[in-house]
Amino acid sequence: MAERSFAKEVEHLRLGDGDVFRGEAILAITKGLLQAGVSYVGGYQGSPISHLMDVLADAKDILDELGVNFQSSANEATAAAMLSASVMYPLRGAVAWKSTVGTNVASDALANLASGGVTGGALIIIGEDYGEGSSIMQERTHAFAMKSQMWLLDPRPDHACIVNLIARGFELSEASNTPVMLEVRVRTCHMHGSFVCKDNVRPPFTIDDALNTPKRDLSRIVLPPAAYEHEREKIARRLPAAVDFIRAHRLNELFGPATGKVGIVLQGGMYNNVIRALQYLGLSDAYGDTQVPLYVMNVTYPVIDSEIADFSMGKDAILMVEEGQPEYLEQALNTVLRRRDISTRVRGKDVLPMAGDYTIQALARGIQAFLDDCSPALLGNRPPVPDAAPVLAHPRVERLKSVVPPRPPGLCTGCPERPIFAAMKLVQQELGEHHVSADIGCHLFSILPPFNIGTTTMGFGLGAASAAAFSKGSGKRSIAVMGDGGFWHNGLTSGIGNAVFNKHDGVFVIVDNFYSSATGGQDILSSRAWNKNRQTNNPISTAVRGVGATWVREIDRTYDVGRMRSVLKEALTTKEEGPKIVIASSECMLNRQRREKPLTAKSIKDGKRVVKERFGVDEDICTGDHACIRLSGCPSLSVKHLDDPLRDDPVAAIDNSCVGCGNCGEVSEAAALCPSFYRAEVIHNPTWWDRAQARFAMALIGFLQQRRARHRIAFEVA
Amino acid sequence: MGDNILKLPLAAAGAMTERPISVAIVAMGGQGGGVLSGWIVQLAENAGWVAQSTSVPGVAQRTGATIYYVEMMPPAGGRAPILAQMPTPGDVDIVLASEFMEAGRSILRGIVTPERTTLIASDHRSLAISEKSAPGEGIADSGAVIDAIGVAARQRIVFDMDELATRNGSVISSAMFGALAGSGALPFERGAYHAVIRQDGKGVAASLKTFDAAFERAANPVLPAVEAAAPAMPGAGGGPSSAADPRAARLLSLLRTSLPEGAWPMAWAGLRKVVDYQDERYGDEYLEILTRLHEVDRQAGGRTRGYDFTLAAAKYVANAMTYDDVIRVADLKTRPGRRSRIEREVGVGPQQVLTTTEFMHPRMEEIAGLLPMGFARWLKRRNALYAWLDRRVNKGRRVRTYSPVWFLALHTLGGMRWLRRRSLRHAEEMAHRDTWLDCACDLVRKDYALGVEVLKCRRLIKGYSDTHARGLSKFDTVVAEIRRLAHRDDAADWARRLRETAIKDGEGGDLDGLIRTIRSFC
Repeated sequence: MAERSFAKEVEHLRLGDGDVFRGEAILAITKGLLQAGVSYVGGYQGSPISHLMDVLADAKDILDELGVNFQSSANEATAAAMLSASVMYPLRGAVAWKSTVGTNVASDALANLASGGVTGGALIIIGEDYGEGSSIMQERTHAFAMKSQMWLLDPRPDHACIVNLIARGFELSEASNTPVMLEVRVRTCHMHGSFVCKDNVRPPFTIDDALNTPKRDLSRIVLPPAAYEHEREKIARRLPAAVDFIRAHRLNELFGPATGKVGIVLQGGMYNNVIRALQYLGLSDAYGDTQVPLYVMNVTYPVIDSEIADFSMGKDAILMVEEGQPEYLEQALNTVLRRRDISTRVRGKDVLPMAGDYTIQALARGIQAFLDDCSPALLGNRPPVPDAAPVLAHPRVERLKSVVPPRPPGLCTGCPERPIFAAMKLVQQELGEHHVSADIGCHLFSILPPFNIGTTTMGFGLGAASAAAFSKGSGKRSIAVMGDGGFWHNGLTSGIGNAVFNKHDGVFVIVDNFYSSATGGQDILSSRAWNKNRQTNNPISTAVRGVGATWVREIDRTYDVGRMRSVLKEALTTKEEGPKIVIASSECMLNRQRREKPLTAKSIKDGKRVVKERFGVDEDICTGDHACIRLSGCPSLSVKHLDDPLRDDPVAAIDNSCVGCGNCGEVSEAAALCPSFYRAEVIHNPTWWDRAQARFAMALIGFLQQRRARHRIAFEVA
Repeated sequence: MGDNILKLPLAAAGAMTERPISVAIVAMGGQGGGVLSGWIVQLAENAGWVAQSTSVPGVAQRTGATIYYVEMMPPAGGRAPILAQMPTPGDVDIVLASEFMEAGRSILRGIVTPERTTLIASDHRSLAISEKSAPGEGIADSGAVIDAIGVAARQRIVFDMDELATRNGSVISSAMFGALAGSGALPFERGAYHAVIRQDGKGVAASLKTFDAAFERAANPVLPAVEAAAPAMPGAGGGPSSAADPRAARLLSLLRTSLPEGAWPMAWAGLRKVVDYQDERYGDEYLEILTRLHEVDRQAGGRTRGYDFTLAAAKYVANAMTYDDVIRVADLKTRPGRRSRIEREVGVGPQQVLTTTEFMHPRMEEIAGLLPMGFARWLKRRNALYAWLDRRVNKGRRVRTYSPVWFLALHTLGGMRWLRRRSLRHAEEMAHRDTWLDCACDLVRKDYALGVEVLKCRRLIKGYSDTHARGLSKFDTVVAEIRRLAHRDDAADWARRLRETAIKDGEGGDLDGLIRTIRSFC
């Protein structure tokens, strides 16, 4: 059950010929796949392509009608290996993942696939997570395309262009027997736009056709001597076929005047921002009518030598706009021109930044520098480019820099992972700091304030594996953290199995929140929800015992901070050999609230007895030391100033977004912090027994309170 | 080669062509920025414009700072405009900020500029983790944002949109949409905005109500009231002049005769607190101490300094005398006003029943503190017995406050003030108080400002159990260090820095480091 329901979006997938689709590009891509007659789709969720997976997961009916098989893969290697169905059969297949991390995981399968080549179109949708807001290391997928000889499409950020390239991508793949990557950047994936649809296409050759008439061809398998032949074939046959197809179908585009002293070569994905930069320089209007010739590479690999040569011919200089490093394309352009002895100068990373986002500001500066050098007359009187520097230099704005606090992401209100790290912090207060290997997932937020726990993160599901070097130390035990998502992605084998095999002495905490939560709450093997299309409810504990783990502790309510702490302490101190595995399970609060909130509201409306809980702080008992916040970081736990001249510091306060998870109470109890937290239980639609009890208790309480009040000195002003 | 060409009087090759209207929404993950950008896109599309929105949710989806960006423009001659995917500093028409520090961040990003930008910001605060987790005061200064908006924005619409939305039963995105419409920054009629909200179909009535309220507020801005500089003192001017209860009235007249007028409001607040904590006699004790300290203050020339020493003493002596113990906690938890406050905060209706559960963790330490001094000391010397008792006591307890049995227990405990004066804890606290005050009196005679600083060090002691012990040790360290450098002319300045560092010690402050620095030169 994913974070969002895509029932509405799924309807977009049914649009027919001539209908206009309006929505996010990632959904347009999904529609594009169905229009292209895809037979099977797989992939692994992760920003920015999660929605593609979620929509397909919710679109079972439509996929069934079209005979499309959709799989959410265990990891990206699984997804890439799935494309092997297109090796022998004319089946169109597509897989999707977040790159470069996903491509790293998939690279073994991809390299094999690219070596043997494909018969049916094989398309890999790459969510290129690069630049501002990215959650991963800054690298380019381009290198993978080059080293394995797969073609890389980088369409202009325009729905129609992207959808068209999906269809063309399949054709290109088939024409050149090569898998094709289609790269879409983060902002493009989440871009709202529109395009005119075509009907969905039922694949002419189906999965069943393949199953019923299996084929086999030894020359497609990566084994000597076939493997040597594959490499020759890539160069002698597949590359020329691809070049021919790309030229013939004009996948790359030319804009602006046919001739000019200078021109700009750009990756398709850079197009919109280049146009805006040109607009600032007075060289284009808002509709893309540019005065500088543009060669837009919707295909960034392979480079079409002849098109580059034609574009450069007669120009003094061309500028290569290529985001990210190293400058593969700039090098390629130079090679093309040198080989043909064309004297056009190639500029690029000398005027544009070598690394980082190509913001419009960076592009405008780079293009201006290029034109200043190579064709200054074009710039005319240099219209004023927008510049925020003067206002940023104002002392009042300067002062803001030291005021505005950083806002790192953190765990949600009521997150079941918070008490795990609170407990871990308490244990470390007792036993000293330990080496903690972290992993990818929501639990990685523990490396940020207020927990500040975790030393390294080496890749999804590799938290346990990255503690491998510490398997035999005689010092303090290492702790490795891994989520259930990472566990099923590869952590069971690479981490736990390996630790058992090598008699690792460390502690392995598996954070089980019933979903792959960080990517949007998709179901996985150990999810506890019933899922009509998948088999869920396969416990992690069974899996780890299955690979030989013996010291396994399960905590089925992570909010029990005291228990969590004592289990962690036992794991760190027990004499028993081998890996100490702690499985801490509680449901992701986002998912749980989404499921329970409407049900609770309905029960209350229907007159059923419902107890709603939330926490509060007695402000006159809180002393304002904020120790509770340093063990929590819950968004609903904040601070406020009291209207009391005797108080210097703000006190803790809990707002109405509290979901009553219990963490703050349990933490203050376990850490003996302070008695100011209380849980308020409000009984909606109380029974007569509830009311009678309350009436009796309040009568007694009222009597006691009044009696004491009579003795108090009243300080009310006369 | 550029030089001679640059000097030619060339006309611009192309005009600074018309650009789309650009809107940036700066928000925190989960604040509905996506909904708002969707509405704005819909608004433009309904008018036949081309609109494009982009965002980078990434990891910012969970409470981090994030930005949504919308561009819109009418098509021309059947050609759609090419819209950019990110805001460019200096070229954004409208910035919507759903939180006040995020408005500040948008200014720092350079997307709010005086030539162009309408800034629509909610001035409520959602505190960042660093502001919340800081020991003591860590809340960022909103005044700095107000100042910067003054110089950065062309037009500004700033009010508490979160509160307005809550009051009208909706969420902040509806209020911001209303403020956007009310600002007149987009060329669309009010009805067009209504249509978008209706089209969305979720919580329409509440959204429309909120939208309209925000529209009116934005279209008819009220001048912001001048903010109160300091928290209000009890009563006006010099505090109340009489009290209904004769006991209170006696203490009040004693207060007014023995202390300077400037100290009355603070001393009145302190007096209330100590009497509320213990009894009338405790109030006399408080006033006696203050009177004595004021005499020292007067001799030290406090009159020319507005009796700062007396003022600080009125505040911190009251805090020192009302240390937190089990009796205090039980008393506060069982008061009538407490239950009504919770009912108000949680929103309990007449048809609902409220109960509360306390999370208490008493230790033998606290119990022993309550016992009469001699007995408690005897008990503490019996290590084995004490440890055995601690094992019985020291555990988390869930206390159902408003169940008859638990309430009676708490009520009884809360009534045990008679035990307090003879208890070990009281003896310790009062001894500590007196040493502190002696030190302050001693220093104020030599260096007035330093004496005041020593009084203010009381702020370091707060919290319960371990936190309290840490606070106490920080206090002792700081006061010892202050004594050591008392001979210096700038001692008061160092004392202030020591105290401020000590508050943040271990969480961004480094008290040991500062002390090493000080010792390197003195």
